Amino acid sequence: MHEYSLVSALVRRAEAEARTRRATAVTRLRVRIGALAGVEPELLASAFTLCREGLLRDASLEIETAAAVWACPRCDATVPAGAVLRCPGCGLPARLVSGDELMLEQIEMEVP
Amino acid sequence: MCDSCGCGDPHKVSLDVQERILSVNDRAARHNREHFAAAGVLAVNLMGSPGAGKTALLEATAARLAGRRRLGAIAGDLETERDAERLRAALVPTAAITTGSACHLDAEMVHAALDRVAWRELDYLFVENVGNLVCPAVYDLGQAVNVVALSLTEGEDKPLKYPVMFRKADLVLLTKLDLLPHLDVRVEAVKDALARVMPDLALVPISARSGVGMAEWIAWLEARRAGLERSPAAHGQLHAHPHA
Repeated sequence: MHEYSLVSALVRRAEAEARTRRATAVTRLRVRIGALAGVEPELLASAFTLCREGLLRDASLEIETAAAVWACPRCDATVPAGAVLRCPGCGLPARLVSGDELMLEQIEMEVP
Repeated sequence: MCDSCGCGDPHKVSLDVQERILSVNDRAARHNREHFAAAGVLAVNLMGSPGAGKTALLEATAARLAGRRRLGAIAGDLETERDAERLRAALVPTAAITTGSACHLDAEMVHAALDRVAWRELDYLFVENVGNLVCPAVYDLGQAVNVVALSLTEGEDKPLKYPVMFRKADLVLLTKLDLLPHLDVRVEAVKDALARVMPDLALVPISARSGVGMAEWIAWLEARRAGLERSPAAHGQLHAHPHA
């Protein structure tokens, strides 16, 4: 249940930004979570609802998800998730192109 | 009317951040990594389920390397110092971290624990993470390598069920191999499952009890240690604060 620790990092970061800009409230956060980030979007959403406080009291959390995409580092051929993670052509170990994102993308604030 | 985006609300601003949610932890991990690299210590983040045999593995590793290499450990658990006590009995100086309810170690916890173990004198610092196949994989601690202990009794399909953990592994140790004759688990099936989540498949079937696989594991560690670049001069320039 590390989702709570992620939420507390999010809240701290957004609060600091809001104070710097003298915002009266943070209204929305947008995050991007990859399928291989080790974070359950639903748990993150419920942890956020339970833990938002201070300037984030009424903030909403928008979660964008990103699928895991594996590809060959040489020929760029995609290796489907669930398959053996080697390029069928080149034999090289596949590389994760996307899917491990754990990003805070945007903070929306109300300023006076 | 908002001038910049035309959203119609006079008071709302959107700020593009594009920053890792765990950026604070990442910074602390980088700091730890610089410490370890400067002192020539190989930091190993050892992860796995509760009961996968992480502590037994470290005890056996200490016995193999006794007199040749200096080992130390940081052991994380929700409650008790039992693992730390076992490791100390195996002559591995160990700092315990009891996390209370936290399901993983983070880089700041590890940094704080460094004050309780003479890590600069070591060749290897093992961080025995909290027993958990999910959360520890999310937090960088500043380790040089991630090693995952997966016991034979956990079943063939665990890599497929917990892909995040196994994707992060530099090496998987398939532990309790001495139980193989008593189980319906096949090593080949574990290997196949791993190949679907871990591109650079590295698996050592091992038994701390019988000793099988121990030589291969030690050789893997020694090769990683040999790859470390010692740069003692670099550390003083990083920062001034003291550590044990």
